[in-house]
Amino acid sequence: MTDVLLSVEGLTVHRGARRILDDVSFSLGRGETLALVGESGAGKSTIAAALMGLLAGQARVEGTAAFDEAPDLLSLPEKAWNRLRGRRLAMIFQDAGAALNPCYTVGSQLTTVLRRQLSLGRAEARARAIALLESVGLNDAAARMSAYPHQLSGGMQQRVMVAIALACDPDLLFADEPTSALDVTIQAQIVRLILDQTKQKGASCIFVLHDLALASQSCDRIVVLYAGQVMEAGPSETVLRDPRHPYTRLLKSCVIEIGTSELDPPPGSVPGYDDLPAGCRFASRCPRALPRCRTDKPRLEEVAGRSLACWNPEEAA
Amino acid sequence: MTRPAEGHDPQPLFELIEVEKVYMVRRPGSVFSTAKVGLPALDGVRLKIRKGASVAIVGESGSGKSTLLRVLLGLTRPTEGRALYQGRPIDEVRAEGREFARQVAMVYQDARGSLNPRMTIGALIAEPLRHFAICPETDLPARVKALLARVGLPAEVADRYPSALSGGQVRRVAIARALASEPTVLVADEAVSGLDVSTQAQLLNLLRRLQREMALTLVFITHDLGVASYLCEDIAIMYLGRIVETGPTNAVLNAPAHPYARALRRAAPEFFAPITEPLPGEIPSPLDLPPGCRFSGRCDRVQPDCHLSDPALLRFGGPAANRAAACFYPLTESPTAPQKRDIHA
Repeated sequence: MTDVLLSVEGLTVHRGARRILDDVSFSLGRGETLALVGESGAGKSTIAAALMGLLAGQARVEGTAAFDEAPDLLSLPEKAWNRLRGRRLAMIFQDAGAALNPCYTVGSQLTTVLRRQLSLGRAEARARAIALLESVGLNDAAARMSAYPHQLSGGMQQRVMVAIALACDPDLLFADEPTSALDVTIQAQIVRLILDQTKQKGASCIFVLHDLALASQSCDRIVVLYAGQVMEAGPSETVLRDPRHPYTRLLKSCVIEIGTSELDPPPGSVPGYDDLPAGCRFASRCPRALPRCRTDKPRLEEVAGRSLACWNPEEAA
Repeated sequence: MTRPAEGHDPQPLFELIEVEKVYMVRRPGSVFSTAKVGLPALDGVRLKIRKGASVAIVGESGSGKSTLLRVLLGLTRPTEGRALYQGRPIDEVRAEGREFARQVAMVYQDARGSLNPRMTIGALIAEPLRHFAICPETDLPARVKALLARVGLPAEVADRYPSALSGGQVRRVAIARALASEPTVLVADEAVSGLDVSTQAQLLNLLRRLQREMALTLVFITHDLGVASYLCEDIAIMYLGRIVETGPTNAVLNAPAHPYARALRRAAPEFFAPITEPLPGEIPSPLDLPPGCRFSGRCDRVQPDCHLSDPALLRFGGPAANRAAACFYPLTESPTAPQKRDIHA
């Protein structure tokens, strides 16, 4: 990574007595795509919310996140956030139908961003908005400007979300499970659209995903999370071809591809935040757990081209 | 779908013959008009499900999966064609009493929504046992415990309420409830979607084990081809109210004949494979069907005559292959010539 855009160090989020993110560190280069993967409750969306300054009031955030020339996003005052969000940081939400305002037309939601962030005039914003809708593959874009979100299909709503997110050419785009509410062939279209658009604009993208196969196809780097801790992180090729953390390996073995004949999932499910072990949070389900795994937390260390937090990692495949 | 290897063809458990279901709906956009238009949810559906089979029904939203399910369960009467259970019309069998409902059990897509939040898990599982008079009242607690064990839940879950269970546990309870009536057929609508991969894998293994142990006939609705190939021997792929391809799951997925089946296959994420060119466009509205083949507007192999008439689901590759596709220009070349014209159009 030559040109680092985002560098997260020791990101920890407390909600009451619960540590919902525990010492998360990763970095991302300019123009790179990164996948945050893990099961529900792993903290994927919390990371995105923390880096967008969208965590609700009661959450306590520690750590730093250096973004471009800003030394730390996490200590910015609200006003500074408002200048970054929408302009340099943008987000595509999981459920476009819920994220778009049902009372305003597509055109009005799109031009609002352009006029507010880029101080464009009415006509200029409209022209730009139509061009944006065309670039995300909405046919008949001028007519779609006056459509309300409910008049669009799920795939088209998600295209509008992509257009709004990319309206101000952000440096970093968060896509929180952008396709999980969509049909299979539409999913493929949207993933392709996000990748093409970010590449074209030179933006970096953080995908929140639960599909490891999709992560391997679409992302340069991957961060595997479990119950708020980073288990393994690195280039997705390295990590997914030869996972060294028992959790990554188990997660990969649960992915069903066509022709999969046997599945061997770990027993149990992700623990609640109230009864987490003191050491590695995966220890209670880990087939390779040692006594010390339950008491001492493993640190992220550089092993075989990736970062790994494990006392008893798997051998090379 | 019958197995050719078994020689003489026993009567299939379910048989759908040219089933058509048209819903009358108000024309969209007309607020005051009461004029109704027909929405064809199912059109010319032919499907045989033999006893002990496992069939995946795959398709995107609007393809008619749920309507097909309602027809199979006898909840919707087809507008045209016949839907048979053991050779007799399903609605007739259903009207005779509880036996059909006991034999054919359903696992709903929204498992949590299908469970009364004010009943304990024990009471929820005892409900079908009482309704179908499966066992005497005194045996109920033991029966509930056995059913919980069968789906891999600890006995103490019986005293809890659905809100205290995780998503995966709730699905297990829904499966236990379906199994309570000792059914021979299990119909599951997206029973593993929206779960974490490890939970999904656990449930798939459970369903596979149950199907084998109890010799259940399994009809599994899913949008995930991987799930279909893991759980089901046979597959039926639907598009806009029609079955466009059927056959043994592995054969269909390894060499799809219908261009839509191939597009679905390619859209499924695969480790380290380059992302393929996605299928353009979206499913058209069933109120505004394209002329000819319904897939013609999105098909990359479309020919002029695809717009003229709708291809029927015809067999190809001989009886041993047990495959059928509804396409004038299928992808798999077969010795028996592919169909040229639809006699049913």
